[in-house]
Amino acid sequence: MTPFVVHTGIAAALPAPNVDTDAIMPKQFLKRIDRAGLAEGAFHDLRQDSDFVLNRTPWNRASILVCGENFGCGSSREYAVWGLMQWGIRVIVAPSIAGIFFGNCEKNGLLAITLPAADVAVLSGLATDGDTARMEVDLPAQTIRHGRGETAFDISEMRKTLLLDGKDHIARTLEYEADIAAYEHARRRLNPLLK
Amino acid sequence: MKTLYEKLLDAHTVRRIDAETVLLYVDLHVMNEYTSPQAFAGLHEAGRIVRHPDRHLAIVDHVSPTRAIASLDEVEDAGGRLQIETLAANCARHGLELIDLFDPRQGIEHVVVPDLGLAWPGMTILCGDSHTTTYGAFGALAYGIGTSEIEHILATQTVEHAVLKPMRITLTGTPGPGVSAKDMVMAVIAHIGPNGAAGHAVEWEGPAVAGLGMEGRMTLCNMIVEAGARVAIIAPDIKALAHLNGRAHAPQGADWNALQAQAANLYSDPGAAFDREVALDVSEIAPLVTWGTSPDQAAPIMSTIPEPTSDADRRALAYMDLAAGTPLNTIRIDRAFIGSCTNARIDDLRAAADILRDRRVADGVTAICVPGSKAVRQQAEAEGLDVVFRAAGFEWRGSGCSMCLAMNDDVAARGERLASSTNRNFEGRQGRGARTHLMSPAMVAAAAVTGRLTDVRML
Repeated sequence: MTPFVVHTGIAAALPAPNVDTDAIMPKQFLKRIDRAGLAEGAFHDLRQDSDFVLNRTPWNRASILVCGENFGCGSSREYAVWGLMQWGIRVIVAPSIAGIFFGNCEKNGLLAITLPAADVAVLSGLATDGDTARMEVDLPAQTIRHGRGETAFDISEMRKTLLLDGKDHIARTLEYEADIAAYEHARRRLNPLLK
Repeated sequence: MKTLYEKLLDAHTVRRIDAETVLLYVDLHVMNEYTSPQAFAGLHEAGRIVRHPDRHLAIVDHVSPTRAIASLDEVEDAGGRLQIETLAANCARHGLELIDLFDPRQGIEHVVVPDLGLAWPGMTILCGDSHTTTYGAFGALAYGIGTSEIEHILATQTVEHAVLKPMRITLTGTPGPGVSAKDMVMAVIAHIGPNGAAGHAVEWEGPAVAGLGMEGRMTLCNMIVEAGARVAIIAPDIKALAHLNGRAHAPQGADWNALQAQAANLYSDPGAAFDREVALDVSEIAPLVTWGTSPDQAAPIMSTIPEPTSDADRRALAYMDLAAGTPLNTIRIDRAFIGSCTNARIDDLRAAADILRDRRVADGVTAICVPGSKAVRQQAEAEGLDVVFRAAGFEWRGSGCSMCLAMNDDVAARGERLASSTNRNFEGRQGRGARTHLMSPAMVAAAAVTGRLTDVRML
């Protein structure tokens, strides 16, 4: 997966709550067996509106999304995260991010950050003005630097390490092979149902 | 003292990874044709193998055509056909069991798995589909995952599980006429919001839950996902065991006795701590319909569309082409759809048929019924329900996800308004520009015959 260390880019405000993965990646882009060619699908139907933020300068180059509550709710489709990455998005900040979508972000090197609503409101305000929309997201320091100072964020050690290394989650889990084998052995003894 | 979720979690924890994550063992992994291809591709690129080929089941459902076809060549959509062919090739390559389009067991994965007796109390079951929580009705720890996690399970038979906070939703009281499990879960979602169970493992409890059959309980566990729940679960009781007993993959003999003994310990200890509690008296709820584009934007059928209180409400009303103050039961529909993993089981079809018997679909309304599986369809036909649906003017189709997400050729047109027994009323979900009203199967049938959203109790 793509490592994430420090990223500087334009932030776009997408304050609507409950932006679902059908909106992020509509059904017409789901009929494929690879991960390629999904940039075109990112927010496809919403982008038909010329006023949509990602159609306007400078946010047509945005790589950071400052979102509303419950971003990424609905369908489990990982296509949504692949499409956002291919569109150029590297960071999502929101007061809350839906569970499956959040997991999909971290598996692909898209940094998903949840912050208190008041902090998100500050970032959203800055992102709304083209002159202040530029931000620097520093994962090692766990902070977002912007025109009004900086905003710290939390992240678990595991997620931080995997994002910084760009390491494959499966490779890490395979280091626990002995634990998995031991579990399976014990489970066979304890539970004859699962052979 | 532990909650049921914590007991299931403990029993499947291979090891702790960090303060908030465990490595969870997956007893059964279910997959479909549309979220799995890239997982296999990733596995192949890395040169990895499937660790336990006997713990996976693949089912074609999302892109399935619902009109009868004789061979795959008749699937007109090239992308969908490629996904079906790719799933078959991947299953053949790794020796995984596949239920393809022409298998008599085919249907929507979350209908097929319990019908085959594959969802047992105490198991972990994961699948690349958000509504996997359905199996929680049997006391299984079950939830939806993304494609990277599918690959992770194929390679390791485990998944990284972010530990959830336990939440209890208690349903009391006796439901009135016309009030189904769908209305109960819609009422809860309307009450707690689309984010109200986020980060939580929901346990359904209480006399009104115990009073439901297994199909109604599956509807509860399935749709609470629309309130953000990652896991939904119900302590298995005698109804759960009776439903499982004798099915194709249910344990037998000594294994059955062992499963019964295991199930007897699957409950939340009295006094176990829940992070959040919600209670609802179901005798106070009426049949609900949604009026907006988020599943929580719902109201009793005899009420009016509420005044918008946010930009999101105003946007939803604009998309739905509706105005605040409009009585819900005056809203005319173009289409009626009965289907989906939420509401296309035999009880759902019976409830709809009870309304349709000796009635006709209103002029100008296109109505289709997509049974949840071939087995459900066959059962319905054995009961003569297909005759009732057809006589009323419904199309009687083959099984699959169909117009719930419109990935096959069952798609609503721009501006069309639907009464739908599905789970999501998102913008564009059932077709670009299409307008969805969610409700129970009986309420869909009622809307189909009057041509407008209708209180089923008035028919």
